[in-house]
This record gives sequence, structure tokens and C-alpha cells, in this order.
Amino acid sequence: MAMALGRAATAAVRLRAWSWLTTVDHKRIGILYLVTSAFLFLVGGFEAFLIRLQLIRPDNHLVSSAMYSQLFTMHGTTMIFLAVMPILVGFMNAVMPLMIGARDVAFPRLNALSYWMYLAGALLLNSSWFLGGAPNAGWFNYAPISTGAYNPGPGIDFYDLGVQIAGIGTLMTGINFLVTILAMRTEGMSLMRMPLFVWTTLITSLLIIFAFPPLTANLFFLMFDRLAGTAFFNVPHGGDVVLWEQLFWTFGHPEVYILVLPAFGIISEVVATFSRKPLFGYASMVWAVEVIAFLSFIVWSHHMFPVGLGPTVNTMFVLTSMAIAVPTGIKIFNWIATMWGGRIQLTTAMLFAMSFIPTFVVGGTSGVMTALAPADMQFHDSYFVVAHLHYVLIGGTLMAVFAAAYYWFPKITGRLMSERLGRWNFWLVTVGFNVAFLPQHFIGLWGMPRRVYTYGPGLGLSFWNALSTVGVFILTLGILVMVMNVVHALRRGEAAGPDPWDGRTLEWSTASPAPPYNFARLPRVRGRDAFWEQKRSTERELWPVDRHIHLPSPTPVPALMALGLLVAAYGAIFRSIPVVAAGLGLTVYGIHRSMFDVDPGVIVTPTEEGAA
Amino acid sequence: MSDAREAAGALAFADGAHERARFGMWIFLSAECAFFACLIGAYLALHGRTLGVPGPGALFDIPVTLAATLVLLVSSLTMVLAVDAIEREAVDALKGWLATTAALGVTFLGFEAYDFADYWARGVTLQGTVFGSSVYTLLGFHGLHVAFGIFWILSLLRACAALTAEGAVKTYLASLYWHFVDVVWIVIFSVVYLVGKAT
Ligand code: HEM
Repeated sequence: MAMALGRAATAAVRLRAWSWLTTVDHKRIGILYLVTSAFLFLVGGFEAFLIRLQLIRPDNHLVSSAMYSQLFTMHGTTMIFLAVMPILVGFMNAVMPLMIGARDVAFPRLNALSYWMYLAGALLLNSSWFLGGAPNAGWFNYAPISTGAYNPGPGIDFYDLGVQIAGIGTLMTGINFLVTILAMRTEGMSLMRMPLFVWTTLITSLLIIFAFPPLTANLFFLMFDRLAGTAFFNVPHGGDVVLWEQLFWTFGHPEVYILVLPAFGIISEVVATFSRKPLFGYASMVWAVEVIAFLSFIVWSHHMFPVGLGPTVNTMFVLTSMAIAVPTGIKIFNWIATMWGGRIQLTTAMLFAMSFIPTFVVGGTSGVMTALAPADMQFHDSYFVVAHLHYVLIGGTLMAVFAAAYYWFPKITGRLMSERLGRWNFWLVTVGFNVAFLPQHFIGLWGMPRRVYTYGPGLGLSFWNALSTVGVFILTLGILVMVMNVVHALRRGEAAGPDPWDGRTLEWSTASPAPPYNFARLPRVRGRDAFWEQKRSTERELWPVDRHIHLPSPTPVPALMALGLLVAAYGAIFRSIPVVAAGLGLTVYGIHRSMFDVDPGVIVTPTEEGAA
Repeated sequence: MSDAREAAGALAFADGAHERARFGMWIFLSAECAFFACLIGAYLALHGRTLGVPGPGALFDIPVTLAATLVLLVSSLTMVLAVDAIEREAVDALKGWLATTAALGVTFLGFEAYDFADYWARGVTLQGTVFGSSVYTLLGFHGLHVAFGIFWILSLLRACAALTAEGAVKTYLASLYWHFVDVVWIVIFSVVYLVGKAT
């Protein structure tokens, strides 16, 4: 009897695992993204913790210089490609289709494929620690230090193929979201009525579509150099190492806007909701996002001032870079004006959004400083840059991610996080972050280079480095409180109900979590802040409940395709052609299946409460 | 089974899935444009560094490549005829034109293989100079796209030649892709071959 029960239980677990493996529901894919990227954020954070522990005092030997190089490379690569970008994609998946009143994304299977490719890339990169050493050439992996002649171990191959696989997955996401937003909005949801988070998702998708191909090409060049002996970055054979830098930053600068535009969207939603006011200057917000996106493609060389591209080129890039401050400033003022005169509710999400504004301004200001070519000759490769990039990436993007987590957690899980723990979370993170990174500006100006594993005593750097590390201890506590809060909320959080914040946008008009078909009756939109208006209008003109909703059926094929790529990548790294062929064969088989399987789909009839 | 397929096709159509698929294909192709722009850009930046092996001017054999170009152009025409056959609901014509397109694609790859062997024999190797690396990478990626197109068309012939709404949109998507690969070739032929020969 007991055994039979046990067997039934394992069967149920297996069934649940299978359902996650084969899901094509954007909300569940969103959860997969969020869980995976949160875990990888902790991994990247642990690497950062070790970096700071190494730097706590001069002449420290906690880790060797070789290990230190692997740590900062994996920290940067993990944070950018495997943690923060996918966290944002996770939120987009979880709420963007709900916000436009759609039943799913345009290509649900492709969406699953994107996730599994991201996971494959993440596994590949992180397995490098155990299979011959992690990559060690920095997150931008400059040639020639990344070429076979100077870096013969497998680490760089892991970087190359891991980022390649995850990156192509991201490209698919960009295509998917673009088509979803342009082709699947519900009736009345015109472009200029879309919530700002949807706008930033749209523009981010465009950035992805045009920024990732240069990265793909660049990674192919490096892969061919390392695996097939081509000469792209091999100077004696005519190769050109600046080619890597050019292509990397034509991708890399739009990439940092891929990380920050969705954050702008999140802040716009949170600030407006908790100020109980419509967003100030909606149209100028939309234009600002578009202008920033355009400019982001013509500023890349500000990462390369010391290369010596000449005064004319440098001047042009100084001007375009400084121009970005204008639309960004517009956004800052609009957020402040939104709060102005509002009835502000200081929820945890709002606290994070409010602290985003000043910290992001600090990061933006140090950005303008580094955009000045002559000054940048001093700042370049110093800790000043580390301070700058963390003020925009943590002070900007990560604060928004925390805000989004508190704001949308109830929609995604149906439960509320604790506001009391939320406050601890907020204060520890904010204080810890500033204590950790503010001193780094000065450490950098006093001459400490980045990416160097230790420093000598008596240089005036010791105190400030120790302080910075203490800041990281506080920050780490804050993040642990967040983890506690999530675990606590999942186990015994209060039920959230459909609309805990008296929200403005359509995701709050359906159950929490939303049913598989999202809306029993598709919403009809009459203006901006569609749900807010709907709640306040006396008119109750609604669509009839759809009785037959057509949803795509689950499939294991996307996961199988990603598995094929993972196998092929290991084959390439360990130089085994049969393994590469087997892996690619599996993937091509999957492509063939995806093109020619006809999916009859499933027909769902909404339940009564879903229809409410 | 086939009933279920018909039903699914009809439903997908009602949902607007086919329009989305076409739109998605266009967006995908614009990303592909950016990718090829990078390959061509890299080639243009690097092709002067021949280090003693024959450069573009000496190496390229325009009549042979012109023949290959014509073959590919005709294959675009046959692809158009295949899509046209769907509209006329002519199954045999559809199959015939798809097969012709695939055969022309294979012919093009034959020309390309011949070219590669010729270049290699004259000292332009993949590893020796960055000129070789960049020219083989650019042409190779294009060739790979042609090969994938052939695989796609053959799969269409096997699985989807029936004139369902589903089959029609799949053929249409393949044709978009095929024309795109042709257009890329026109750019390569002009920028790499003709300009290379002239300078
Ligand atoms: C959570 C707390 C974090 C801490 C304590 C931290 C700490 C550090 C430190 C000390 C470095 C400099 C290492 C060196 O140059 O010697 C660094 C580099 C870097 N960090 Fe972070 N970081 C954190 C979060 C993040 C986040 C969220 C991101 C991105 C979204 C990020 C992206 C980067 C990048 C790109 C680099 C440069 C890596 C390289 O030089 O190749 N970090 N981090």
C-alpha cells in the first residue's frame, strides 16, 4: 500500500516535471526564466562576493591571480547574459501578453526554444569551472588575449559557445516579442495606449534584433580562429584585433540599453501606480525611449577611446554619447513630475523605484564623464568604470528588477510578499550598494586599475577597499532577506486576489495567477490605463465569454533542440566531430519537426471563476 | 489524422497565425541582413591583406561565377512559379517547380565547390591569410544558407505538398527565405566579385 502510494507520488512528480519541460505557456516560461535567472544571479553574486573578499585588504592571497581573472570574467558574463537580461525577459514573458490583452505570445514554441537555449548556454558556461577552467578574458573577451595562441585552454571556447547559444535564443525572443506586440494587441489597444513597459519591451526587441547579429558574427570569427585556425584575429597572417572590439561594441552598447530600457518601463509602471496618477508626459516618454534606442547604435566607440581612432572619430562619438543624456533627463523629470502632487504609497516596490531615480542619475553622470574622450583616457580601465557600470546596472536595472519583483510577484504566484521583510530588503540593499560602490569612484580616480587581483599597502587604497567590501556584506544580507521573503511568501504568503495594488493596466484585470488562456473574455480598451478607466466607468459593456479557446499543445521538441546544441557545443570544445554531428543532427531534426508538425492544439472552456 | 490536420489548419488561420508567421519571417530576415552585413563588412575591411597569395582581382573567375549567379536567379523564378502553382491549386506543377528549385540550388552549390577547389589550389587557404579566412567565411555562410533552403524545400516536397492552407503558408515562408538568400548573393556578387575584379 505504502509502496503503491510512493509510486503514485513519484509518478505525479514526473508528470509535473514533464509538464514544465514541455510547456509553451508564456506565463510558465516566464517562471522558468525567473527561477533560472534568479539562481544564476546568486551564482554571479557569489563570484562578486569572492572578488570583494579578495580585495578586502592589500596583498591578500585568498584567490590566485589566475582564479581572480576567471572570477571577474564569469561574474560579468553571468550577470549580463545569464542573470539580468533573462530576469527582464522573464518579467516580459510573465506580464507583457497580459498587458496587451493577448492569449499568448506570437510563437509559443519558439518562446520555449529561447528559454531552453538560454538554459543550455548557462549550463555550458558554468560547467567550465569543472572542465578545465572558466573563461578569463573579461566579459568582453578582447582578442588577442582570447585567441588560441595566448589562451589555449578550453575556457574561451566555453565563453564563445555558451554566449552564442544563449544569444541566438535571445534573438528569437526579440523576434517573438516584436511580432506579439505589433500583431496581437486586443481591440482598442493602439500603440499610443500601450503601457510603458510594453513600449520598452517593443523597443528592446528591436535592439535585440539588430544588436545580436554582430555578436553572432564576432563569436563565429573567434570560434573559427580557435577551432579551424582561421586568421581573423591573428595579426601575423593579416588579422585585425580591433575588428573584435568594433563588432563587440556595436553589439555591446545596444546591449546595455537592452538591460536598462525595460527597467525604465518597470519604473514607469510602478511610479504611476503608486502615485495614483497617470504617467506624466506619456508621449515624451515614448519618444525618449525611441531616441535612446536609436542613439545607442551610434555611440559604441566610446568604449574604445584609448584605441586611438583619431580625434575626428572620437569627437563624433563624444557628441553622440553626450546626446543620450537629453532623452534620459526627460525621463527622469517625467518620473518626478508623475510623483509630484500624487498620493504616494510607499510600498516596497515604490521604495525601490524611488531610489532608482537618484542612483541612476549618479550612474548617468559618471557616464557623461567617461564619455569625454580626454577625461576617459584617465578613467579607462580603472575602478571608476567599475563604479559607473554598477551604478547603472545595480542602481538602475537591479533596483527596477527588485521593484518589478515586489510589484508583479502577486500576479505571477497569487501571493503577496511581506512588506515588513520588504523594507529590510530595501534598506539593506540601498545602503549596502552605496557603501560598496560610492568609494570605488575615488579608488578609481586615485589610480586603482580594474581586473587586477590585489594592490599594495600604503597607497591610500586599503581603507576604502575594506569599506567597499563591508558594503557588499550589507548588500548580500539584503539579497538574502529577499530570498527569505520569496520562500516565505510562497509557503504562507497572503492570497493576493486579482488586483492587490488597484492597478492601471490589464494584467490586473484577470485572476492571479492568470488562467492558461489569460482572459475568459478579451478586454476592450478605451484609453490609456485601460483597467483603471474600466474600473471607474459605469458603463459595463463587455465581450461575451469565449467558450472555445484554442491554445497550442505542449511539446518536448524545443528542449530537445537545445539539448542538441548543448551536445554539439561539448563536441566542439573537446574536438570530437562525431559528437558535434550527433548534436547538430538532433537540432536539425527538431527544426524539421517544428516546421512540419501540425499542432491540433487544445480547446479550453473557461471555468466560471476564470470568467468572472 | 488528416481531418485533425485540416481542422488545425483552419483554426490556426482563424487565429491569424499565418499572418504572424509571415511577419515573423520578415523580421527574422532583417536580423539575417544585419548578420550578413557584418560578414561583408569584415570581408571589406580585411580582403586587402593577401600576403602574397592572389587577391580578389587575380583570383575571381567572373564567367564561372556569373553562371552560378544566373542559376540562382533562375531558381528564384522557379520558386515564384511554385507559389503561383499553389494559387492555381495545381499539385503536380507545385511539386515540379519545387523540385526544379532544389535542383538549381544544388547546381549552385556545385559551382561554389568548384570555385573553392580552384581558389584553394591557387594558394588561398582558410588558415594562411585573413583574406582567405574572410572570403571563405562569407561565401561559406551563404552556401550554408542555400543548403538549408534545399533541405527545407525537400522537406516541403515530402511532407507538405498537399494543398492545405497550412502547406501553402509553409511554401510561402520557404519562398521568402529563398529569395532573401538570392538577394544576399546579388550583393555578394556585386560587392565581392565585380568590385573586387575591377579594383
Ligand atoms: C550584486 C552585487 C555585485 C557586486 C558586489 C559586484 C562587484 C563587482 C566587482 C568588484 C567588479 C570588478 C572586478 C574587477 O575589475 O577587478 C565587478 C565587475 C563587473 N560587474 Fe559586478 N558586482 C555586482 C553586481 C553586478 C551586476 C548586477 C552586474 C550586471 C548587470 C554586474 C556586472 C559587472 C560587469 C560587467 C563587470 C566587469 C567584468 C569585467 O571586468 O569583465 N555586476 N563587479
